[in-house]
Amino acid sequence: MKLTRRDVIKAQAATVAASVAGISLPASASNLITSSAANELTWSKAPCRFCGTGCGISVATKNGKVVATHGDVKAEVNKGLSCVKGYFLSKILYGKDRLTQPLLRKKHGVYHKEGEFTPVSWDEAFDIMAEKWKTTLKAKGPTGIGMFGSGQWTVHEGYAAVKLMKAGFLSNNIDPNARHCMASAVGGFMRTFGIDEPMGCYDDFENSDAFVLWGSNMAEMHPILWTRIADRRLSHPNVKVAVLSTYRHRSFDLADIPGIFTPQTDMVLLNAIANYIIESGSVNQDFINKHVNFREGVTDIGYGLRPTHELEKKAKNAHKAGASSPIDFEAFAKFVKPYTFEYAEKMSGVPAANIEKIAKLYADPNTKVMSLWTMGANQHTRGVWTNNLLYNIHLLTGKISQPGNGPFSLTGQPSACGTAREVGTFSHRLPADMVVKNPKHRALSEEIWKLPKGILNGKPGAHAVQQSRDLKDGKINVYWLQVNNNMQAGPNINEEMLPGYRNPDNFIVCSDPYPTVTAEASDLILPTAMWVEKEGAYGNAERRTQAWYQLVNAPGEARSDLWQLMEFSKRFTTDEVWPADVLANNPAYKGKTLFEVLFKNGQVDKFPLSQISPDYENFESKDFGFYVQKGLFEEYATFGRGHGHDLAPYDRYHKERGLRWPVVDGKETQWRFIEGSDPYVKPGTGYQFYGKGDNKAVIFALPYEPPAESPDAEYDMWLSTGRVLEHWHTGSMTQRVPELYKAVPDAMCFMHPDDAKKRGLRRGDEVRVVSRRGEIKTRVETRGRNKPPVGLVFVPFFDATQLINKVCLDATDPISKQTDYKKCAVKIIKA
Amino acid sequence: MFKIFTQKWLTLLLSVGLLLMSCLSVVQAEEVQVAAMRDGIPLDEEVSPPAVSKVENKDLKRMRDYPQQPPTIPHNISKYQIDKNFNKCMDCHARDKASEVQATPVGVSHYQNRDGEYLGGMSPRRYFCTQCHVTQAESKPLVENVFIDVNDLMKQDVNK
Repeated sequence: MKLTRRDVIKAQAATVAASVAGISLPASASNLITSSAANELTWSKAPCRFCGTGCGISVATKNGKVVATHGDVKAEVNKGLSCVKGYFLSKILYGKDRLTQPLLRKKHGVYHKEGEFTPVSWDEAFDIMAEKWKTTLKAKGPTGIGMFGSGQWTVHEGYAAVKLMKAGFLSNNIDPNARHCMASAVGGFMRTFGIDEPMGCYDDFENSDAFVLWGSNMAEMHPILWTRIADRRLSHPNVKVAVLSTYRHRSFDLADIPGIFTPQTDMVLLNAIANYIIESGSVNQDFINKHVNFREGVTDIGYGLRPTHELEKKAKNAHKAGASSPIDFEAFAKFVKPYTFEYAEKMSGVPAANIEKIAKLYADPNTKVMSLWTMGANQHTRGVWTNNLLYNIHLLTGKISQPGNGPFSLTGQPSACGTAREVGTFSHRLPADMVVKNPKHRALSEEIWKLPKGILNGKPGAHAVQQSRDLKDGKINVYWLQVNNNMQAGPNINEEMLPGYRNPDNFIVCSDPYPTVTAEASDLILPTAMWVEKEGAYGNAERRTQAWYQLVNAPGEARSDLWQLMEFSKRFTTDEVWPADVLANNPAYKGKTLFEVLFKNGQVDKFPLSQISPDYENFESKDFGFYVQKGLFEEYATFGRGHGHDLAPYDRYHKERGLRWPVVDGKETQWRFIEGSDPYVKPGTGYQFYGKGDNKAVIFALPYEPPAESPDAEYDMWLSTGRVLEHWHTGSMTQRVPELYKAVPDAMCFMHPDDAKKRGLRRGDEVRVVSRRGEIKTRVETRGRNKPPVGLVFVPFFDATQLINKVCLDATDPISKQTDYKKCAVKIIKA
Repeated sequence: MFKIFTQKWLTLLLSVGLLLMSCLSVVQAEEVQVAAMRDGIPLDEEVSPPAVSKVENKDLKRMRDYPQQPPTIPHNISKYQIDKNFNKCMDCHARDKASEVQATPVGVSHYQNRDGEYLGGMSPRRYFCTQCHVTQAESKPLVENVFIDVNDLMKQDVNK
C-alpha cells in the first residue's frame, strides 16, 4: 500500500488530537518507538568475515537476529571504518537459500552418485560418510582420504581439523585454500627468515614516507588499509606512493609513481633495484655484516605441472626446487649486475626513469619505505623467489622492523595467518611453524597431543592442486571440503577438478552455508553455521588474534564446522584407523573413539561449561559438555608459548580488540626481530632474526625466469584473474546481498579499447575467453575501473555463471605449490 | 526447491530450446539441482551472459537497511574523477555545495580522524568515496535476502 502525503497528515492529526485530549494511544500507533526495552540493541564485537585486514566490527543483534553492522570505533585496525562489504555483513547470513539440513544424492532411497539431493538427518549423513571413510582407509590407508579447508576456518576449527586428519586418521592430505593465496608468502618467510609472518604491523602506515605496491590493488582488496595509506599520503604531501601492476586499477588513483609491467618481470625490477642499491653505494654495510647471510638458489625448477607435462620433463631442478648454496656479498653483487635500469625497462616496459624513482625510495637512508604485496607476488610460478627478492632490497638497506620501514606481505583471507599458517593446516605443516618431515617436531606434537610415540605420519600429504589431480586419478576417494568453494576458485576446472568430483569412485562432501557450485559438484552437502553463529577466533595479517562470541543461532539444523569435525570423530575407534602394532604397544588407547583420544583427552575438555559467557550462546560447548573453544585454544597455544609464537590466555581475547603475537608477559609485540620491541631479541644485539639458527636473515640470488605460458600467435593475450571490492572471493556470500549484487552483478572482461577495436568489439559485446583448457562467455568492458594495457585482459572470478578458472592453467610455484592465477595465454573471440 | 526463476534462467531455457530444435540426438547434461547462483547452467557448460546492466540513475534516495549503512549512490558516476588531484563527488556532496543542488552532504563521521577528533574539512581517510558507497544496477538479484529490518523487530516487541 502506498501512503499519500494526505494519509500521513491524517494519521499525525489523530495522534496530536489524542495527546491533547490526554488519551494515550497504543505505542504501535505512534510513529516512533522510544520505550527503552523495544528500542534497545545488543552490540558485540567480532572481526570482519572477509579479507585479511581483520577490521573490528560492531554487530547489533535483536531478538536473535543480526540487525546492523559497522566499523568498530575501538578497533585499532579500522577505528570505526569499514568497506562496503563490511557494512553489509548483517545481510550475509540471510540469503533465502541458506542450507538448513544435510542433503545426500539419492536414488530409490539410497545413496547414488547420480542421485538427486535429498534431505537427510545428520545421523544418516555421518553414517554414509563414516562408511565411505572406513572403506577407503581399509583399502588405501591414509593417502586415500583428503580434506580441503580454509583460511576462513576459525582457529579452533582449523586446529580440530588438523588433529582429526593428522593425529586421528594419520593422514597429511589436508590443505587449506590458503594454498591458493598465501603459500608463496609462507615459503618466502621461511626461506629468508626461518619463521612465518610479517615482522612489522599496521602502525607502519602512519610512520612511513613512501609506499610501494608490488602487484597489489589495495584500493579494492584491502580497502581499509588503503584508507590508512590515503590518510598518510593526502595529509603529508611529502609522502610518495608508487603502484606497480600488470594493469591500471583503482590504486593508481593515489599513485605518484605509476608503473605497468609485463607479467613476471617484477622479478627483473626487484633485481634492478638491488643492483642500484649496490652500485649507488647505498648498502647498509653494518647491517648486512651483522645480520645477513647470502645464498644462491637453484634455477630451472619447473612449473608445478603434472610430471608428464613437457615443461616438467625439461626442468633440471624440479625435484629440488628449494635448494640453495652459500655465497658472499661480492658474488651477489655480481649476480645482480646485469639487471640495469635499461634492461629492466626493456623487459618490463616500465620507463627507466620511473624505476629509478622507486629505487631511490629504497636507497635513500632517510626515506622510510613500506613494500606491500599480495596475490600479484604470491600467485606466481616464482612466488617464493619474488617474496625473497622483496626481502632482499629491505635487508640490503637495513630497512626492516622499524616503524614505517619494512616489507609487508598482505594477507588475503581473514584467518590465513591465524588458522591456515599458525595452526598449520597445510599438508606439510604442524602448529607453530613446525613440519611433519621433522622427527623432533612430530615428537613434540605427539607429546602435546598425548599420542603414542612415533604415530604421526612423516610424509607430507597432497597439497591443493595435487588433491584435485589425485581425485581425478582415483588416488583420493573420499574428500571433505569446508569453508571454501574450490570448484569455482581452483584452477583448470574442466580438465583437473570436475572430473575428480564426478569420478564414480569418489565420495565428495561439502560443508557450506549456501549451495555453491562446489556443493553442486558434491555428493553430500552439510549445512553450516557461519561467522557469528558460532564462537571463534581469527588471526589477521599483522599477527593480531581476535575472538568473538556466538551472537545468534544458526538456522535450522546448520552446524558449525567445528561441531561437524568433532561429532564425526565419534564415529571412529582407534582400532579402525590406527596400526595394530601401535595399539599393541599402547593398549591404553585400544577401543577408544577418536573423539575421546583427540578431544576428551583431559586437555581440550579441561574447562567446564561454567566458564562460557553467561551472556552468549555456545552451541558446541553445550552439546559436547565442556568449553570447547577454550580447551582447543589453550591446548593449541601450548605449541607456540615460549617459542616465539606466544598467545595470551584465551579469555583475554574476548576482552581485547585483538593482540599481536608474540604476547609475552601480557604485552603484544609490534615489531619483531628488533631490540626494544621484540622480547625475544637479546639486549645489545640490535637485531636477531631468530628464526634462523645463527640469527641472520638470508639475501637470495635468484634470476628472472619466464612464466609457464605466455601469449603466442594463436593465444595472443595475457589473462589475469582476481577480485573486486564489492565481492568476497567466489561471491557465495556477497552475491546474496542485494546491494552488493547490484553494485557489481556480473563479471566482465576488462580490455584495452585498441584490443577491442582490433577484434571488431565494442563495450558490452559478448565474447568468448578461450585458453587451451577451457572457455567462458562474458562481455567486454573497455571503460571500467580496471584499465589493462594492450595485450592483457582481466576477468574477476566472483561470478558463478562465468567460471573463469576453467580457463586458468594449474601451474604452481614448485616450492610453495601455489597456483599462478595471474598469467596464462588466452584468445578473445567475438561470440 | 532451491531453483529460482530469473532472466538468466529464461535465457538458458531459450538456448536449450534452440539447441533441442537444431539437434535431435542431444545428450542431456546433468541437471543443476542446488547451485542457485549458477542459474540452472550445468557446471561444464557456459551460456550467454546477460546484457551489461544499467546503473539506476533516478536520483531518488533509497532507504538504508540500518542507520549505520552507507547510503548507496542513486545516480551514475561512470565518468567521475576521484583521484589524489580531484574528487568529483565533493562538487555536490561537500557541506558548502550540497544545499545548492539539494544533494546529501557527507555525514559528520566523515570529518573525524583516526582518533575520533573532528577536523575542519573532510578526513583524508574518507577520501575515496567508492570504498563504501556504490551505485546500484537495474538487475534483479539472483537470490532473495530475508534480512529483517530492526523496525519490524521493535514493533514485534511493542506488540508483545
